[in-house]
Amino acid sequence: MLRVEGITQIFGGLTALEDISFTVAKGLITGVIGPNGAGKTTLFNIITGLYTQTSGKVFLEGEDISGAPPERLAPRGLVRTFQNIEMFHQMTVLENVLVGLHTRSQSGIFSCALKLPWHLAEERRMREEALRWLEFCGISDLAEVEAGALPFGKCRSVEVARAMAVNPRILLMDEPAAGLNSRETADLEVLIRKIRDTGVTVVLVEHDMELVMDICDAIVVLNLGKKLAEGTPRQIQENPAVIKAYLGEG
Amino acid sequence: MKRDYLLFLLFATVVLVAPAAFKGGYLLNVLVFMGINTMLAVALNLLLGFAGQISLGHASFFGLGAYLSGILSTTYGFNPWLTMVIAAVAVGILAFGLGFPILKLKGHYLAMATLGFGIIVYIVFNETVALTGGPSGLSGIPNLKMGSLTFDGDLKNYYLIWCFALVTMLLAINLAHSRIGRALRAIHDSEVASRVMGVNARLLKVQVFALSAIISAVAGSLYAHTMSFISPASFGFNFSVELVTMVIIGGLGSIFGSFLGAALLTILPELLRVVQDYDIVVYGLLLIVMTMYMPKGLAGGIASLARRLRPAKKGVVDAQG
Repeated sequence: MLRVEGITQIFGGLTALEDISFTVAKGLITGVIGPNGAGKTTLFNIITGLYTQTSGKVFLEGEDISGAPPERLAPRGLVRTFQNIEMFHQMTVLENVLVGLHTRSQSGIFSCALKLPWHLAEERRMREEALRWLEFCGISDLAEVEAGALPFGKCRSVEVARAMAVNPRILLMDEPAAGLNSRETADLEVLIRKIRDTGVTVVLVEHDMELVMDICDAIVVLNLGKKLAEGTPRQIQENPAVIKAYLGEG
Repeated sequence: MKRDYLLFLLFATVVLVAPAAFKGGYLLNVLVFMGINTMLAVALNLLLGFAGQISLGHASFFGLGAYLSGILSTTYGFNPWLTMVIAAVAVGILAFGLGFPILKLKGHYLAMATLGFGIIVYIVFNETVALTGGPSGLSGIPNLKMGSLTFDGDLKNYYLIWCFALVTMLLAINLAHSRIGRALRAIHDSEVASRVMGVNARLLKVQVFALSAIISAVAGSLYAHTMSFISPASFGFNFSVELVTMVIIGGLGSIFGSFLGAALLTILPELLRVVQDYDIVVYGLLLIVMTMYMPKGLAGGIASLARRLRPAKKGVVDAQG
């Protein structure tokens, strides 16, 4: 599904990532973990086109997408969420999700300004679909609320609904459980499984080990910009190198 | 959303019957200016209020529209309507070309770049004397005609200008409640997230910049043909700042707010004639007070006042358009 090959990222004199390669299998939930500063978010930023890597390649279903900007990746089905939630806070929840449908609608600046008939039909269709995604994430009741007025936990759900509206084949989630309380985390777990069950491949960067070990089918461990290990949750838990990286030498 | 269209209908009706209340002359003339300023404020609001991109050079697009239309019709004898179309297309192409490099910049840098552009255009108006008449201006610009109807009197101009202004407002309201309007507001709130959602932020910003410039150019052309005389002084840096003030005082992202801002800044100078040069002090105070106590502008202020007057009604008031 997604393959990264020899990704290296150097910021000035600092090597943030060094020769990272791994493959994400289709239809599974893959976790990317590692101590702070391991380079997880940098890796995500490279895959999603926000940074351009120093060297290495990224493939989406065999297609080379290295260096493609995010607006080109969304129509190809690669979408992400953010660690510090990037809400469109002056818009309603429904409007946030409608932006997610942007690539799947066509009306240009002129047909929108002139309100041409096909634009109206499209607008209706988009609204219906956006409402379906709100329901999927269990936030139908918030449709008309301004996103900036929502509590943090709800913002997460809105962000997921918005990402799902893009119709992704693969969804990258950057620390989805950060800032959530235990009940919200439990809800999130259910939601992530539900997303996988729709056939979307999920990759997540996460600090909450319990969550990761619970829902991930495969795990990639990074430490200090290098890949430390790769395998099933059980293999990772028993891997001496991983234990050392997390707990220090005993 | 429906509320915006109802409000628009009401507003249009008032605009169309308003002249009956005035006996013509001076007041009607002020209302003509108000119409032109409304067009300009709405145009700038699309860029500043929706997409969140500043322009301190919008008076130059207004001026380019006025001069292109004025020179082509006066010196070269083109039909005024045709010159309006030419001005709109030419300025649109110019803004589109300019937008690509300039809109890569953000915040203060974008402000500086647009400011620079505005100043360059202003200097060109002043220095190309053979073409523009230089600082003493261009006079004898023909009026627009429609069959045997010539738009020369205040009342005729009033209807001409306000037809354009109302259409501009309607188009802007349509845009606000559409896919493109949402994408623009998304760019405003978080450009990176909008791009992840597949919004081509770069192109869209350039498009709205061009659209905004086109509307300004049409307003310029209307201005030239109704006033019959133009000079560089009307298109300088001060006017660019005045336009930004209109949009902010009116309310960022609110189309009716742009009208309110334009109305206030058209009427205020007339009222402040008595204090002469000190009017700038009043503007300054106004801007300070507004940003402190009404950050969402007149439109936002009125909306929250309305909400306070009927506190019993539950639910969230939808975003202003």
